[in-house]
Amino acid sequence: MRVSASWLRDYVELPADVTAEHLGARLISLGFELEGLHRAGGDVSGPLVVGQVLQIEELTEFKKPIRYCQVDIGEPAPRGIVCGAVNFAVGDHVVVCLPGAVLPGGFEISARKTYGHVSDGMICSARELALGDEYGAIMVLPPSSKVGADAIDVLGLRDDILDLDVTPDRGYADSMRGMAREASHAFDVEFRDPAGVSAPTPDESGWPASIQDVSGCDLLSLLTVTGLDSSTSSPPWLTGRLVHAGMRPISLAVDVTNYVMLETGQPMHAYDRALLTGDIVIRRARAGERLTMLDGVDRPLDPDDMVVTDASGPIGLAGVMGGASTEISGSTVDIVLEAAHWDPSSVSRSVRRHRLPSEAARRFERGVDPLVAGPALARAAGLLAELGAANPNAGYTVVGEPAEIAPIRMAIDLPARIVGVDYTEDAVLGRLEQIGCAVRIDGREGDVTPPSWRPDLLAPADLVEEVARLEGYDRIPAALPVVPPGRGLSISQRRRQTLARSLADDGLVEVLCYPFVGADTVERMGYAAGDPEAQSIRLANPLASTEPLLRTTLLPGLFGALRRNVGRGLRDVALFQIECVYRRTAGLPPAPVVPVGRAPDAAELAALNAALPAQPWHVAAVLAGDREPRGWWGPGRRADWSDTVAVAHVVAGAMGARLSPRAAEHGPWHPGRCAALLLGDVVVGHAGELHPRVTAEFDLPARTCAVELDLDAIGYADVPVQASVIASYPPVLLDVSLAVPDNVPAAAVQDAVRAGAGPLLESIALFDVYAGDRLAAGQRSLAYTLRFRASDRTLTIEEATAARDAAVARASRDTGAVLRS
Amino acid sequence: MPAANDPYDPKEVAALAPDALDAAVEAARRAFAGAADLEALAAIRPAHLGDRSPVRLAKREIGALPPQARADAGKRVNVALAALTDVYAERLRTLTRNRDEQVLDAERVDVTLPASRRAPGALHPLTAIQRRMCEIFVAMGYDVAEGPHIETTWFNFDALNTPPDHPSRSLSDTFWIEPPDAGLVLRTETSPVQIRTMLERRPPIYIVCPGTVFRPDELDATHTPVFHQIEGLAVDEGLSMAHLRGTLEHFARELFGADIAIRWRPHNFPFTEPSAEPDLRCFVCHGESVGNPDRPCRTCKSEGWIEWGGSGMVNPRVLRNCGIDPTVYSGFAFGMGIDRSLMFRSGIEDMHDMFEGDVRFSLSLRGEP
Repeated sequence: MRVSASWLRDYVELPADVTAEHLGARLISLGFELEGLHRAGGDVSGPLVVGQVLQIEELTEFKKPIRYCQVDIGEPAPRGIVCGAVNFAVGDHVVVCLPGAVLPGGFEISARKTYGHVSDGMICSARELALGDEYGAIMVLPPSSKVGADAIDVLGLRDDILDLDVTPDRGYADSMRGMAREASHAFDVEFRDPAGVSAPTPDESGWPASIQDVSGCDLLSLLTVTGLDSSTSSPPWLTGRLVHAGMRPISLAVDVTNYVMLETGQPMHAYDRALLTGDIVIRRARAGERLTMLDGVDRPLDPDDMVVTDASGPIGLAGVMGGASTEISGSTVDIVLEAAHWDPSSVSRSVRRHRLPSEAARRFERGVDPLVAGPALARAAGLLAELGAANPNAGYTVVGEPAEIAPIRMAIDLPARIVGVDYTEDAVLGRLEQIGCAVRIDGREGDVTPPSWRPDLLAPADLVEEVARLEGYDRIPAALPVVPPGRGLSISQRRRQTLARSLADDGLVEVLCYPFVGADTVERMGYAAGDPEAQSIRLANPLASTEPLLRTTLLPGLFGALRRNVGRGLRDVALFQIECVYRRTAGLPPAPVVPVGRAPDAAELAALNAALPAQPWHVAAVLAGDREPRGWWGPGRRADWSDTVAVAHVVAGAMGARLSPRAAEHGPWHPGRCAALLLGDVVVGHAGELHPRVTAEFDLPARTCAVELDLDAIGYADVPVQASVIASYPPVLLDVSLAVPDNVPAAAVQDAVRAGAGPLLESIALFDVYAGDRLAAGQRSLAYTLRFRASDRTLTIEEATAARDAAVARASRDTGAVLRS
Repeated sequence: MPAANDPYDPKEVAALAPDALDAAVEAARRAFAGAADLEALAAIRPAHLGDRSPVRLAKREIGALPPQARADAGKRVNVALAALTDVYAERLRTLTRNRDEQVLDAERVDVTLPASRRAPGALHPLTAIQRRMCEIFVAMGYDVAEGPHIETTWFNFDALNTPPDHPSRSLSDTFWIEPPDAGLVLRTETSPVQIRTMLERRPPIYIVCPGTVFRPDELDATHTPVFHQIEGLAVDEGLSMAHLRGTLEHFARELFGADIAIRWRPHNFPFTEPSAEPDLRCFVCHGESVGNPDRPCRTCKSEGWIEWGGSGMVNPRVLRNCGIDPTVYSGFAFGMGIDRSLMFRSGIEDMHDMFEGDVRFSLSLRGEP
């Protein structure tokens, strides 16, 4: 809401020394955020004066009509001014801009010779004064304007415009009436209600009307105004205020309805009475009905749209936009002014359906005072009479009843309890009455009836806010509640924190990637239609039509981030993300409609939760370039498949789990360099080098490696880890070298060795893998260091050797391993 | 070795003669001093301090002396031995020090060479600040609650007192899951977690809910379709706006520093009534850009204050939707953008940096504990 400070002062006795900044600050503290403060006319400087045209000499030797005028500006001699407009006559009062003046936009005016005469100034159009769009037409002032007066004051060119944000609950404040009321609260001064005029009295001669659907409109008022002098245009003070409020002047009748809307908050519509046919009927649109609106667009109507109709059919989309067929024009003489009280949600639905936001619709959506229609119509008719010589009341119709306002029962000490300030009973009652409530005290409680312009006040909490707001939020003290002991982070939160920290400590950089992916992403990654990763959830309204799906895996986002880093000249990149993925779950029931006002019961709650698809937490990482950088110490080491398996083990460590790798072929991974990670016998993720087709498809560096694990599947171990005995007896170290068929996984050999060696084996480390001339074809050698130790005695070489031999025997039996000598 | 002989004159055992001992010590002193390095010193040590050195040999002769002469002779030998040992130790120290100086000097390295042989990693700064935020509340006794990203409209809107026709439900404000009839959305705030918590637990409830939220805004300098919120909820007997104010002021001071200034403004949210928006004093201009066209401030648009989030007393209707009696309990709730808070705290000017995944962003802010 753009609020003119000078207009506001029409209704509220602000002290003269209150600046616009001060006013803005006080309104902010009442809940109206100041989005901006504009100094309208701040760039205008005089001399800009009212002049009277004494003489016009038509210059005919040019291609267009040019006039050389003598204009009295209150000086001893008139000034000679050249002008290209012809819409004024001798005797008219006009705005004269003298040499040296600066017009809006910084245009400086000087005396200059043009069309054979020296023009000693300029006669101004509304547009040149930023008071309207009319360019070619000179602004003609009322005859009462005083010649020689400062036109900056006469036109109200200079004004402070406060751009205030009105929250949607405070529809009343979307008007000068509401804002003036708030300003009167802010400075505790008198408020003069611009809607304080009497409504007309309904009579037989009013335009006949009826309401068929009261759910969409409970009150309709129609005032007939006749005999408008259609040649008059809006006076500059009126157009100036419209322009400052952000509206475009159009014609006297339209400008007056807009002005009264800004003033009282009641939007109204003007029909050309001559174009109306038969009774006005308010109803829902019928299937198939259409309406050509004021913007010239013909639109189909929805059976949910509220419409104004006459015998010809729809003539207006309720509260949104009028129809073209009854639009007032330059020749309109008789007008029917409509002021209705539309159902906010109904207007809101129509606005969204037809994508037609407007000043009027916004006010209806936020709630218009149902009692202001009559005074607002009277005010508009009065202005049309004053400015356009119209008969202000040629018939008045009122249909419907405003809804009864129910009182709110509130404990008088509720504001004190909820806000935490010891408001006195007088303060509470005083504040409620100040905003227009009627209060009836009943012991320690009160029945509070809100005023008609406050449909937002429905419950005690709404009244509490009013008291707190007017008393000032700055009065609220700061206190800390006594919080009972908490439980700290949950195990899953602690596990994920440890996980993120572990990966960062391992040299990976966390990134946050968006969850939106293309329709072909999972296919490009090599997943088959039946894979869990292919069960994508689709957005009804994606931001980009190229990315309509939600991710089922974190990798596409990481691919994008990797590509961006590489594109920016970084080569060695290791990224990770920990977030949720979303998987379409077959056969999900739709979410049930559960009422509010009470808690859902167990069955309703279960049904709500049953509608949710799977959204497991995942972790994923991509590695490209060197995992260990080259440096003065020597060459770097390229990230390879094993680094991603190592990352999986870091993840497992942080999660308190043990994962084992198994060769796999899966999705985007290289079929010979992909490990499935298993928790027991459940696959919880994959790691390895990416398939060259995928690196090419996603434009990633060759040999990029990736890992992704399902954290929810791994689980968040919550059992205290048990200590093992830290024996202080000396160990026995024995090396063993085993020749095994090269299709036997190292993990199987190691498992067999470990199983065969028994409890004396403290650790096993693979220190060499060899394949070559000294082995038979199809064989490789795995060399381990075994560390044996007993917890209760010094182990003898003989015991250790026996355990080693048992380990070799087991490996031989399980994997075909042969001890190399 | 001579046998014990009572009338024997000790001075007749030449090796124990004071002169002989002095001479031996003097000879050793000269020899040690002449040793040029540790090897030379080690080579001559046996001759002067070894078992067969003159003084050691002399010491063996003491037994041959008559008893009355033994104490005197023993004392002389011990004095000589101590002197020898001292001389040797002194020379050893000197030579060791000399050796160390040479060798260690030769082993000198350039300790300013780059030492890290592993590229550093980093948490995302949003993760780090989110942890800090949670920690502040955990220290006050709050629990940290979480919930699903894809939510039912009942949790995301209805239970939160969002009217059925409220614009926030529209396609322009909320991501809807296809088909829209399924009643599923990407949560637009973490408030559904508050609802879930109130349905799961009875008061007193003190929780914060951090997490990812979604709204269909294109990524630009100040907007992102995916962002992060931390919301708080307290439901207990006797809670008031004073408790809300105290809690958020504590939070702001812990996060931004003790001198942070906060302004409270009335506002409107369906979820709370009364509602309040806390504004923070602009971090950049500290309010000095207000009414000062010569010093415009981009951060606060010369308003002097920056919106930090929303808050208020939980609307009694919301409590009822969760089966909590508003005549017994009251509550306060608040929600702050983690991304915005990070921008303020670390002086980040463009949202793009947070979501493009450039490692330089996370790495440059990894100093946050």
